[in-house]
Amino acid sequence: MDELDNIRAEALAAVAGAATLEALDAARVAALGKKGAISGLMSRLGAMTADERKAAGAALNAVKDEVAAAIAVRKGELDAKALDERLARERVDVTLPVRPERQGRVHPISQVMEEIAAIFAQMGFAVAEGPDIEDDFHNFTALNIPAEHPARQMHDTFYFGEKPDGTRNLLRTHTSPVQIRTMLTEKPPIRIIAPGRTYRCDSDMTHTPMFHQVEGLVIDKATHMGHLKGCLIEFVRSFFEVDDVPVRFRPSFFPFTEPSAEVDIGCSREGGELKIGYAREGAQSENDSGPTPTGKGWLEILGCGMVHPNVLRACGIDPHEYQGFAFGMGVERVAMLKYGIPDLRTFFDSDLRWLEHYGFLPIDVPTLSGGLTR
Amino acid sequence: MKFTLSWLREHLDTDASPDEIGRRLTMLGLEVEGVEDPARELSGFIVGHVLEAEKHPNADRLRVCKVATGAETIQVVCGAPNARAGLKVILARPGTYIPVTGDVLKKGNVRGVESQGMMCSWRELKLGEDHEGIAELAEDTPVGARLVDVMSFDPVIEISITPNRADCLGVRGVARDLAASGLGTLKPLDTAPVPGAFKSPIGVRLDFAPEASSACPLFAGRFIRGVRNGESPQWLKDRLTAIGLRPISALVDITNYITFDLARPLHVFDAAKVKGDIRARLAQGGETLAALNGKTYALDGSMTVIADDSGPEALAGIIGGEASGCTDSTVDVFLEAAYFDPIRTAATGRKLEILSDARFRFERGVDPAFVQAGAEIATRMILSVCGGEASELVVAGAEPDWRTAVVMRPGRVEELGGVAVAKARQEDILRALGCAVSEHADGLLVAPPSWRGDIAAEHDLVEEVIRVNGFDAIPAVSLPRPSIAKPVLTPAQRRQGWVRRQLAARGLVETVTWSFLPAAQSGLFGGGDPAMRLANPISSDLDMMRPSLLPNLVAAAGRNADRGFRDLGLFEIGPQFDGPEPGQQRAVAAGIRAGAAAPRHWAVTQRAADVFDAKADALAALAAAGMNTESLMVAPEAPAWYHPGRSGTLRLGNKAVAVFGELHPGTLARMDVKGPVAAFEVFLEAIPPVKAKATKARPLLRLSPFQPVERDFAFVVDAPVPADSLVRAAKGADKALVADARIFDVYEGPGVGEGKKSLALSVTLQPVEKTLTDEEIEAVARKIVDAVAKATGGVLRS
Repeated sequence: MDELDNIRAEALAAVAGAATLEALDAARVAALGKKGAISGLMSRLGAMTADERKAAGAALNAVKDEVAAAIAVRKGELDAKALDERLARERVDVTLPVRPERQGRVHPISQVMEEIAAIFAQMGFAVAEGPDIEDDFHNFTALNIPAEHPARQMHDTFYFGEKPDGTRNLLRTHTSPVQIRTMLTEKPPIRIIAPGRTYRCDSDMTHTPMFHQVEGLVIDKATHMGHLKGCLIEFVRSFFEVDDVPVRFRPSFFPFTEPSAEVDIGCSREGGELKIGYAREGAQSENDSGPTPTGKGWLEILGCGMVHPNVLRACGIDPHEYQGFAFGMGVERVAMLKYGIPDLRTFFDSDLRWLEHYGFLPIDVPTLSGGLTR
Repeated sequence: MKFTLSWLREHLDTDASPDEIGRRLTMLGLEVEGVEDPARELSGFIVGHVLEAEKHPNADRLRVCKVATGAETIQVVCGAPNARAGLKVILARPGTYIPVTGDVLKKGNVRGVESQGMMCSWRELKLGEDHEGIAELAEDTPVGARLVDVMSFDPVIEISITPNRADCLGVRGVARDLAASGLGTLKPLDTAPVPGAFKSPIGVRLDFAPEASSACPLFAGRFIRGVRNGESPQWLKDRLTAIGLRPISALVDITNYITFDLARPLHVFDAAKVKGDIRARLAQGGETLAALNGKTYALDGSMTVIADDSGPEALAGIIGGEASGCTDSTVDVFLEAAYFDPIRTAATGRKLEILSDARFRFERGVDPAFVQAGAEIATRMILSVCGGEASELVVAGAEPDWRTAVVMRPGRVEELGGVAVAKARQEDILRALGCAVSEHADGLLVAPPSWRGDIAAEHDLVEEVIRVNGFDAIPAVSLPRPSIAKPVLTPAQRRQGWVRRQLAARGLVETVTWSFLPAAQSGLFGGGDPAMRLANPISSDLDMMRPSLLPNLVAAAGRNADRGFRDLGLFEIGPQFDGPEPGQQRAVAAGIRAGAAAPRHWAVTQRAADVFDAKADALAALAAAGMNTESLMVAPEAPAWYHPGRSGTLRLGNKAVAVFGELHPGTLARMDVKGPVAAFEVFLEAIPPVKAKATKARPLLRLSPFQPVERDFAFVVDAPVPADSLVRAAKGADKALVADARIFDVYEGPGVGEGKKSLALSVTLQPVEKTLTDEEIEAVARKIVDAVAKATGGVLRS
């Protein structure tokens, strides 16, 4: 059996010495191939006696298995080595930038209108809409704004040319016409907000010829000014996400509401930065025209009041039976206050740098469950 | 509206501080715009007494003074020429804030001599312009006292008056509101008639046709002879100056004073320059008036004038005329007090563009029952300031009928205002505001005073009660909530939200642009109808309603390119205007991609944004809106502002739901923007509403256990054949088995023949019942080849 020992030793040495998969395969063929050494011994078994064959066969098979196992092990080693080498070759500089994807943004006006809608939705307000181009009746007359009212003058309202019948259309100066359209088509109880574009003939540091408003309207049999206060205080606190922001209602005048009020919120400045609510209670005096550089004060954010009986009447609603409140706010104004945007005019510049800085990610959907704002 | 604290106290007995008064005014609806109280900045200054003043050892012009502060004696170096022993001065010690510099005073050393304080000039305290020397106080001023305690300062309060409160355009009206709210007591006003010493040589007349008689129902006048006009007394000049008026002469100053004091505008004519009687009438076409502001106005028949024999001498309720104006040499004066119609006054003022304090009051409504009283008060003041002798009052016409009475149910205060106010308290408030209140079967009968023309109905009275009682007293109550939260957005509104966030997720940045644009740009995008032009645009380049959202987006891309940002994607969701009537507008989601599709990258070949980017955006927007985009047909046509060969329309049936493509190079050139720019417009309202389903459950998912089979085909078709038709034919070949068909390659060139192209199509077969045999796959393949051949004439590429 020296021969078998030799063959075994040679084969195992060849397997162990195989540096490549090709060499290993050559070793495999030399040992186990059809014309290989072990196969050669196998072919001699037929000439042996049964007993001889039994003994020699067993020994031969043991060697064959041993060599085959050695080949498998060696193959595994060589495979792993080859993979390591390939992976080493495939190394890249992972500090290189990824394939570019553009990141879009949602405009602050859209975002803030969604925030406002989310808050009022929870209070049962539906969102109503109306046309940007309006007529005199819906924008003025029905809102108790008489023909000689200064707001009807050319310097405030954008008009279109006169029509053959002598009337002229206009660009709505507020979203209040949506109130009128709603009351003309729906029966109380009514609870709506009306967001949208509005237009005034004005352009300077703090005015743009187009801006956005959200108007609100509640009409039923029992809603009074206490509800108006409760509703708007809740809105202000939810919107600015400051629980204790002071809210002040002070008497004012609008033709379409009576009593009318303007709503102020308490603000303070700290380190030059405006803060909604009072940063610290202290000796600083309240300033009606906004916070002083170091102190606190009031900032006007919206107008409101109880719907004027003439407005209800113009919409065919009996003011002896129904009453309610209305309010209106400038979307840009509350957006500027909440998000610290300094200049109104920049909202409409389409400056990419501004849009990317003040805009919102598409995944930032305002919800009350998750908090309006990240 | 401005006034000073001392002026207010002429009418209001109160000890309240300026800040208290300010807060109360704001909470009464008379919003304080500012309180200028000079005393606020002067709390640190005290009265000093100069005991000695010696020449500075090292400087000729300086003096070293010993100054008593009441507690000690300090040394102060002073350069003022009037610094001398014995003087009472205003002294600042180290630590005092100096208004004019805004700095805090520090101990100093002036040329080797220590200075422990500063003696101030009026200018350093911002109390005057005098800087020639230090301020000299009266000799009996107590040493060591605080300056604010020995000098009287008159804070100026500025409030804004809402249009309904004409009565508060005079200080007395403001005082009345404060008194009603409990902040002091309203003082009585002396309106007793001044006895006339003679009959006025100038008569007054109302010359109106009956239909115009409302223009001036009441005109009163008085001749005052022998006056001495000239400078007003100091107190009068001070008050006028404090509220920003320039003192002119005593007679004019008195009329201005009463305008602001009692909201009662008046006019004074130099009687020597008046010819004949004075009459109020409508102007005649062609008449002119040289007014006191130096301008000459052409009048017309809608305007009320005050005229004499020589023509118009004043524009009623607006401005006086130069010719009959009072001067320093005026000896005899004719005083006018009248009631002019608010609407005519406003219209005339607007037409002639004259702003005056008189117009401001007349157009908001002056007290119709205070015409004669105003004349009496003015007469008394003229006599006391200028001397002279007054005639009897001459009066034409009568007080317009202003009386009204309103029934008020006290319960309405709580029903509407949400605050309980006792009936007695309601009556007190209304009486304090000047109403006459009596019992009525339904509650109270309230007669509002003549100066409150804004009170006409019950809710006006409710407002007054709530206002004076204080809005702060109204308890805030939560609105009752709906018991089940329901969606409050309409499907169309939700759709806008989805489209917005989908487009932003695709890398487009949302913007908001004007609804109007330059007419020239409007024309490039299908607009230009003159009916869409604004009559009074804010500027000539914002004069047309936009017919499309694209021009503003393209212009925005241009502006960003000018700032160095050439590659961008922008979108907007908003209205486009199809006509000038309400409702002729459509909600559109439009976007553009300009410049490179993506920034340069080491692993990606750079390319420009193209029609397929725009198509992808449009399809994504439509899908986000809930549309099945499979059902859309793509037509190779689009409006003229698109590249004719690289644009298309997405149709549902024959309705266009979106257009997309590269913008026409000519359009871009005319907008002066570098291309290419790929754009899309999605018409949100053209998208059919998603049908409400009976159940929210999804359809049952059926998964085939059999592997799908993918087969590739290459067809040669005529070049103009749309690839889409090939895909549709393949999909239609066997609807049960063909799950998908996609074009994955397009080839034109050698090998396929002139005017031909090769389209490579990958078809997915999804067996449902059993695994497909080779024969079955071949059979489907043949059906696909036949269907494509039939639909497009295409043949398999050999």
